[in-house]
Amino acid sequence: MAEKLQKPRSFQEIIMRLQSYWAAQGCAVLQPYDMEVGAGTFHPATTLRALGSTPWSAAYVQPSRRPTDGRYGDSPNRWQHYYQYQVIIKPSPPDLQALYLGSLEAIGIDMKMHDIRFVEDDWESPTLGAWGLGWEVWCDGMEVSQFTYFQQVGGHDCKPVSGELTYGLERLAMYVLGFDDGNEMPFNDPDAPIPLTYGDVFREAEAQYARWNFDVADTDTLLQHFKDAEAECARILAQPAEDPKTGRRIVMAQPAYDQAIKASHLFNLLDARGVISVTERQAYIGRVRTLAVACADAFVQTKAGGYTPENAA
Amino acid sequence: MPDLLIELFSEEIPARMQGKAAADLKKLVTDGLVEAGLTYASAGAFSTPRRLALSVEGLLAASPAVKEERKGPKVGAPEQALAGFLRSTGLTQDQLEARDDKKGQVWFAVIDKPGRPAAEIVADVLEQTVRTFPWPKSMRWGDGTLRWVRPLHSILCILSDEAGAEVVPLDIDGIKAGDTTHGHRFMATDAFSVTSFDDYAAKLKRAKVVLDASERADHIWAEATNQAFAQGMEVVEDRGLLTEVAGLVEWPVVLLGKIEEQFLDLPPEVLKTSMKEHQKFFSVKNPKTGRIEQYVTVANIETADQGATILAGNGRVLSARLADAKFFWENDLRIAKAGMQPWIDALSSVTFHNKLGSQKERIDRIAALAREIAPAVGADPDLAEQAARVAKADLSSEMVYEFPELQGLMGRYYSDAAGLPPEVGAACEEHYSPLGPSDDVPTAPVSVAVALADKIDLLTGFWAIDEKPTGSKDPFALRRAALGVIRLVTENQTKLELLKLLSFANGVISTAIRRFEDSKLEDYLKQASQDLDIPVEDLRAAHSKAKEDAKQFDDSIGSMFRYFRMGAGARALLGMNLDEMPFVKSIRRGPDLLSFFHDRLKVFLKDKGIRHDIIDACIAMPNNDDLTLLVKRAEALSETLKTDDGENLIQGFKRANNILSAEEEKDGVSYELDPDPKFAENDEEKALFAALDQAEATIKPAMEQEDFTTAMAAMAKLRGPIDAFFEATQVNSDNQIVRRNRLCLLHRIRTICGGVADLTKIEG
Repeated sequence: MAEKLQKPRSFQEIIMRLQSYWAAQGCAVLQPYDMEVGAGTFHPATTLRALGSTPWSAAYVQPSRRPTDGRYGDSPNRWQHYYQYQVIIKPSPPDLQALYLGSLEAIGIDMKMHDIRFVEDDWESPTLGAWGLGWEVWCDGMEVSQFTYFQQVGGHDCKPVSGELTYGLERLAMYVLGFDDGNEMPFNDPDAPIPLTYGDVFREAEAQYARWNFDVADTDTLLQHFKDAEAECARILAQPAEDPKTGRRIVMAQPAYDQAIKASHLFNLLDARGVISVTERQAYIGRVRTLAVACADAFVQTKAGGYTPENAA
Repeated sequence: MPDLLIELFSEEIPARMQGKAAADLKKLVTDGLVEAGLTYASAGAFSTPRRLALSVEGLLAASPAVKEERKGPKVGAPEQALAGFLRSTGLTQDQLEARDDKKGQVWFAVIDKPGRPAAEIVADVLEQTVRTFPWPKSMRWGDGTLRWVRPLHSILCILSDEAGAEVVPLDIDGIKAGDTTHGHRFMATDAFSVTSFDDYAAKLKRAKVVLDASERADHIWAEATNQAFAQGMEVVEDRGLLTEVAGLVEWPVVLLGKIEEQFLDLPPEVLKTSMKEHQKFFSVKNPKTGRIEQYVTVANIETADQGATILAGNGRVLSARLADAKFFWENDLRIAKAGMQPWIDALSSVTFHNKLGSQKERIDRIAALAREIAPAVGADPDLAEQAARVAKADLSSEMVYEFPELQGLMGRYYSDAAGLPPEVGAACEEHYSPLGPSDDVPTAPVSVAVALADKIDLLTGFWAIDEKPTGSKDPFALRRAALGVIRLVTENQTKLELLKLLSFANGVISTAIRRFEDSKLEDYLKQASQDLDIPVEDLRAAHSKAKEDAKQFDDSIGSMFRYFRMGAGARALLGMNLDEMPFVKSIRRGPDLLSFFHDRLKVFLKDKGIRHDIIDACIAMPNNDDLTLLVKRAEALSETLKTDDGENLIQGFKRANNILSAEEEKDGVSYELDPDPKFAENDEEKALFAALDQAEATIKPAMEQEDFTTAMAAMAKLRGPIDAFFEATQVNSDNQIVRRNRLCLLHRIRTICGGVADLTKIEG
């Protein structure tokens, strides 16, 4: 126990401790999804796997991008690229709160010295057509995680319900490591021969992306890409389930979903470029949701989504 | 007499739902028990973040056995009637009794309902309660189908008496009732069993849980004020926050912290809002400086370092938040000092409503309205217009983006920073008011002008696009806006010709909508070109010609001309339809919106104890768009009708009016000539003549001065003479001259009383 409570010394040590903690709880420790996403929830390991009845249990780091949050690397706590740690377990186990608290202990938060609170915060993703009930978890007044019981994803009722945990890694690490400026916290071990801070790793790229996101990205191209992704998603989903070449039933939910993710990120970029008016915003969000819902409809027609020839509608 | 204890133990229940949930638990369970025949002596419900609890004392051990008798059909009644009766009672024919009744023999069913033990009833009632609990939002978890606000973990349900406690056998989707529970999540981790409510409450306290929310709130408040007092400080009271915080902790530990010096110059409202919204902190004020300098946070745990780590963590979070707020404030001040123009410009790209244009366009309309209203409320028109133009500028500021609830207030700070006159700053802050029936009403003339303009634009705008409130749906809060107008006008005793103002506002909004629709013309043309296969250029040329023709009439009448000159084909082409034309809509909606005001006025006055028929009697009078006049009249009439004379006068008036109306209808004439006293036959009739003369002499000048109290008192005095007249006199005399004269006399009663209010609308 005493060893467990020892404070981690770097950003990466926090990630590694979370990885081994959740691995020990039986989660499949996955790698990040290889596409630009706005949050860990977009990873198909969460969005798609929350659908259908097949049990699932996974944990992973997801690099995430929110172009409008770019501050040229100057902000102590805002970056357009940041990390989320995501845990998803279906069905949600009865002791999920206790498991979660165990993960905080694993990264050195002593439950006897800190004030941990579960404060109502219902989660909703209009772009994913998803919602759930849960809390934001506070540690001494600081929001360190989002804790959600998924009720609906892509317009489908979640049966069984998945429990989702999302840790904002930078903020959590700043708290645990005791830094007010995230750029100054050690990324690797501070006693390493070449110690690197978070800022050493990301600051330069933050400035570059901020300039591109806000001022340079070509909006006509982005818009065209958005339309292309939208069209390709629809085209993929319009294919018959039976593959003419192999004669097998192959519903291409995930390739279609890739296009939905793309559209979502392109929308975020257009938003950062300031070319989307308040009224158009809702329309774009609705278009991405239409894609996400269609992909969810397709996923429940796959084996991973619980499809069997017997229960086919 | 056993006692019942129930605890529903779950994951954290949202603070805002706990109070109502405890009350609902109590109501649903006790109602269910009583309905099943189990009465009780007393009941109390409790809530913490993780549990709802109910204690019911002095419960019957079993529901009493009841003998129910039901009367059936006559002996010898048709087969079906008897069969139906047997079905409904669940008996067979040989179990029925034939008894003598007034009209012969009748079948009676005597049904014995045995009593049921309390445990059985409790189990049923509790299961039903859990399955149908009225949470505002509920959820499923795991692979179950049960719904609760958050996962439900355990149910404690025991009946206890002197002999001891027994668990009520109960299983809801695998959650078995027991006699154990848990204490504080971190400070007392072991489960424990309980035998009664007292035992439960005591053991919970030992396990670091204060069961009673009001006890937690009291403790928090006492501890907070004590700690603040020790430092010469005062906690800023906030009941809502106190209730919420009491719902976030099971074991409140109050900690007092200091705000960093560099943030103390932020406006106090900003400090307060930031601390409250983000951190659930109470503000602590230094009475010597008047500034908010410290805060109170409430933790849910006792620690070895007396909360030092917790307080330090909270302080860091607060500093990060306030650093953001300070950044916003300083950026905002820079723009404010330079005159706020970028904010006002930015509002042109903020859509107010997709049929009513941008916020900027709305501001232009409000400015025009404020100028129009200014003279009536005693404000300088230039100042009113200026105030209207900047009143919503703060919506573009970073601070209001972050804290929408500070809108208006920040407007005042920024207006002051811009060096604008104080009246303008006040209008920025006050023009949203009043927001409810008990909210303060602005009194400063410029504020009143802008507040009225804001609301009247909202109302005429949504009326123009036919987005009126229906039933319980009022998404744009138009009822609140109308009530706001009513209160602004009547509480400031303003004489405002509302109809004239509404028609002015309609003109403004119609022009705006037309301009907005013109901007959509290109879309129409494109569509029409596709549908009709006519080049867009030809359509555009045809349209501008049509428009050119009607140019000199560029007002609402102009659009009528344009409509008719255009010809049916062009109209169809442009998707125009007579009912949709702004001038038709504005004609139709004029009185409609006024009657909406009248409906709101009725609700408003009813709350002040004025009956709806009294209000109707006043609305039926001329100048009913002068709300101040209308209210004065209604108040005076209401007072008059409370007097004995007033109440009886109505009867006399109605009698006179009914007789007159009946005779008028019969004779096909109206008796409007002046009656002549020389045809009066008895003293009572002569006295009525004199009384009417006297009343008229008082009422007429009083009415001219809108002195309704005097007028109505004079009217009420007619009660005696009218009653006496009817007592002594037969109106329909055989002498036609006398009869006609008397009918003319009744007509005078109608005219004199009817000039004060339309008394025919009074009920009773």
